[in-house]
Amino acid sequence: MNANQGAFTLGPLEAGPACCVPQPVVQVKNLSLQYDGKMALDNVTLDIYKGCITALIGPSGCGKTSFLSAINRLTDLIPGCGVSGQILVNNRDIHHASSQVQVLRRQIGMVFQKPTPFPLSIRRNIALPLNEHGITQKAEVAAVTEQVLRDVGLWDEVHDRLDVSALSLSGGQQQRLCIARALALKPEILLMDEPCSALDPIASGVVEDLISRLQGRYTIVIVTHNLAQARRIANYAAFFWVREHAGQLVEFGRCQHIFESPSHELTAAYVNGSRG
Amino acid sequence: MPEMIWHHTLQKIRDCGVQGFVYLAVLLVSAVFVWMLADLVRGGFAHLSWEFMTESPRDAGRAGGIASILVSTVLILLVALVTAVPLAWATAVLLTEFVPVTSPLGKTVRFSLFVLAGVPSIVFGLFGNAFFSIYLGLGFSILSGGLTLACMLLPILTSTAEAGLRAVPETYRLSAAALGITRTAALIHLIFPAAAPALAAGLLIGIGRALAETAALLFTSGYVDRMPGSLFDSGRALALHIFDLSMNVPGGDMPAYASALVLVSLLLCINILAMKLAYSLQRRKILT
Amino acid sequence: MHIDHLLAGILRAGAAVAALVMLLILFFLLYESWPVLTELSVFRFVTDTSWHPLERAYNLMPMLSGTLLASMGALMLAVPLGMASALFIVFFAPTHLATLYGRLIELLAGIPSVVFGFWGLTTLVPLINEWHPPGASLLAGILVLTLMILPMITLTAYTALAAVPEELFRNAAALGLSRWGMISGVALPAARTGITAGIILAAARALGETMAVLMVAGNVVQYPESIFDPIRTLAANIALEMAYAMGDHRAVLFVSGLLLMLLVMALSAVAGLLEKHHHA
Repeated sequence: MNANQGAFTLGPLEAGPACCVPQPVVQVKNLSLQYDGKMALDNVTLDIYKGCITALIGPSGCGKTSFLSAINRLTDLIPGCGVSGQILVNNRDIHHASSQVQVLRRQIGMVFQKPTPFPLSIRRNIALPLNEHGITQKAEVAAVTEQVLRDVGLWDEVHDRLDVSALSLSGGQQQRLCIARALALKPEILLMDEPCSALDPIASGVVEDLISRLQGRYTIVIVTHNLAQARRIANYAAFFWVREHAGQLVEFGRCQHIFESPSHELTAAYVNGSRG
Repeated sequence: MPEMIWHHTLQKIRDCGVQGFVYLAVLLVSAVFVWMLADLVRGGFAHLSWEFMTESPRDAGRAGGIASILVSTVLILLVALVTAVPLAWATAVLLTEFVPVTSPLGKTVRFSLFVLAGVPSIVFGLFGNAFFSIYLGLGFSILSGGLTLACMLLPILTSTAEAGLRAVPETYRLSAAALGITRTAALIHLIFPAAAPALAAGLLIGIGRALAETAALLFTSGYVDRMPGSLFDSGRALALHIFDLSMNVPGGDMPAYASALVLVSLLLCINILAMKLAYSLQRRKILT
Repeated sequence: MHIDHLLAGILRAGAAVAALVMLLILFFLLYESWPVLTELSVFRFVTDTSWHPLERAYNLMPMLSGTLLASMGALMLAVPLGMASALFIVFFAPTHLATLYGRLIELLAGIPSVVFGFWGLTTLVPLINEWHPPGASLLAGILVLTLMILPMITLTAYTALAAVPEELFRNAAALGLSRWGMISGVALPAARTGITAGIILAAARALGETMAVLMVAGNVVQYPESIFDPIRTLAANIALEMAYAMGDHRAVLFVSGLLLMLLVMALSAVAGLLEKHHHA
């Protein structure tokens, strides 16, 4: 793996392309999800555009997180979870026999609601996934570590204590470390499951800024309950709703459209705060 | 990319190697366990009979049965439980209901019991011999054996009871206090019944430990295999009987097998019962 | 509220008695070993020609080495097997098999040491004898001890691994870690303190174990030259000689008991500190 190949992660973040092209990277076709035979997500078809931030909004239990987990096949880990439909990443079916799930998950990073650094040192948190994907040369690991910590604005705060436990960091720092850990693998796509909701308002603001700066370099899919946040950072929004205990996609479109002139009355009610 | 695929293939091979080792280890452990049980059953079953359970041993245990041994075992166990259970449960109640976790008294008692839990059983034997048998003048007797075992059981009985009492929801205590019920009454009518399954499981574990014990009884309750007339008589516990037959009595293997089978079956029953209680407790906690 | 005070008083008395037992044990061990500790030089436990208590030669070292060798040998076998068992239950086995195997290990933990010793005596010792006489040997002691401490290591490692938060595994999977990468990189470091504490407690158990080793290890006081040589451990020595020991001999047995207890207490103190440190 050539270190320069993914040049879009190296260099200061401010210098990246800030636009987004409506060119689908992930194509979800007729995706349905079942837990122990109970429908959790019903027939969702959606395109995720390259370099854009797509926000998934909607009430709790409408299958947003399930949708996210299906994209990097984290649903494989849940016993009794059945997936039907098709997901194409760069026109390749992720369930195809020739797709290696480890390679897929390297290509698609994920950040969870609760900041979960591994109970290791800060350095090791980033080195471990790199080692696992065959990047073992010390100099290269150190360079990537510095780069991603700079990218998430953590370098100045921790560069002199990289060997202390990552658990000693504050919640916001932990979450930024988790983002850095995901970025270290040079993913194309980042899945974020309410990355700010477990943080205090200030830390949440820092992480939100970071996410909006990632726009353009990465394709980001973010689940959020915070409508104002979705409106601030997202280019596209997908609104999910629960019908008969199963989540459905109600409306998908540009952020401005969803928030200002939604075509569906449920969407209008939800974004105006009268439902959900 | 091909390098990465190759790397992942290597990882797959390594994962398979680890998995192979794990399965092999598990197979080995299970096989040895089955081998041991099969040996005991095969060796003991032929010798096991109604007479074996109801007759006293003759000819140093080569003939006859284990009736007097069983009686001694039960008496030793009773002495141990009658002494240890009130002390242990009193300690547990004090630690959970009456003193804060961090109080000096609580810390001291807990530390003392923690250390006690680590003491090897042969050392309990030494202590029992010096204190109960000689200093208190109880000699080699069921009483001194039982009291020695009681000391040994204190930590396990206390810690299981403490865990059981702590698992009782705080709301029970608060609502009882709000109704003006004394703590004593709340303890008797609410908390003890709620913790009963946990206490029973702890009791069973304690009984299992006591039945399994040999070294602590060697020089406290003694070797005498006659039917005990009183608690001041020496009495031989079942575990000690197995030891004596296999080490000191040539030709004692058959009755030793049968005695071991009796002891292991008894312990399996007790432990399965304890496990059932503990697991049903866990499940209930998840449900509520 | 009068009755509450009464009850509290009774409970305090009970707890005091329970706490005093430990002091009482220490006191009586010291009291019984006092004659030798004061009259004989402690160095004699190291420098005497050997262990010939009837000729007043009290070298404890051969038996201490036997104790340590048997325990270390057992740890070397039981740690990998026990860890593999715990990993099997937590990561590798399908649910029902994991439960079944877990129960099996729990039952194994409840089998009395005398039964392990008896089985070792009637099955293992003859087998080893065929391979390399005399059979009753350090090896037999190690094997029996392994069986005895394996459940302990498995159960503590299992508890520690099961307590690792689920999110860590989800994160590890999302980063595309392989199964072994996840176990060695995340799960084992996260559960490290619990696992170490369990291994230390198992070591303490092995050091203090009497009956099983007594029955299979041959009980010859010597430094073994190979694992096929018989050995005698400190605990076994006490069990063998207490019945007829008098005077200084008896006191030296109490000294060896004291030594054993201090060893075990030091180990359990380390284990206790580890766990406390972990929870803090």
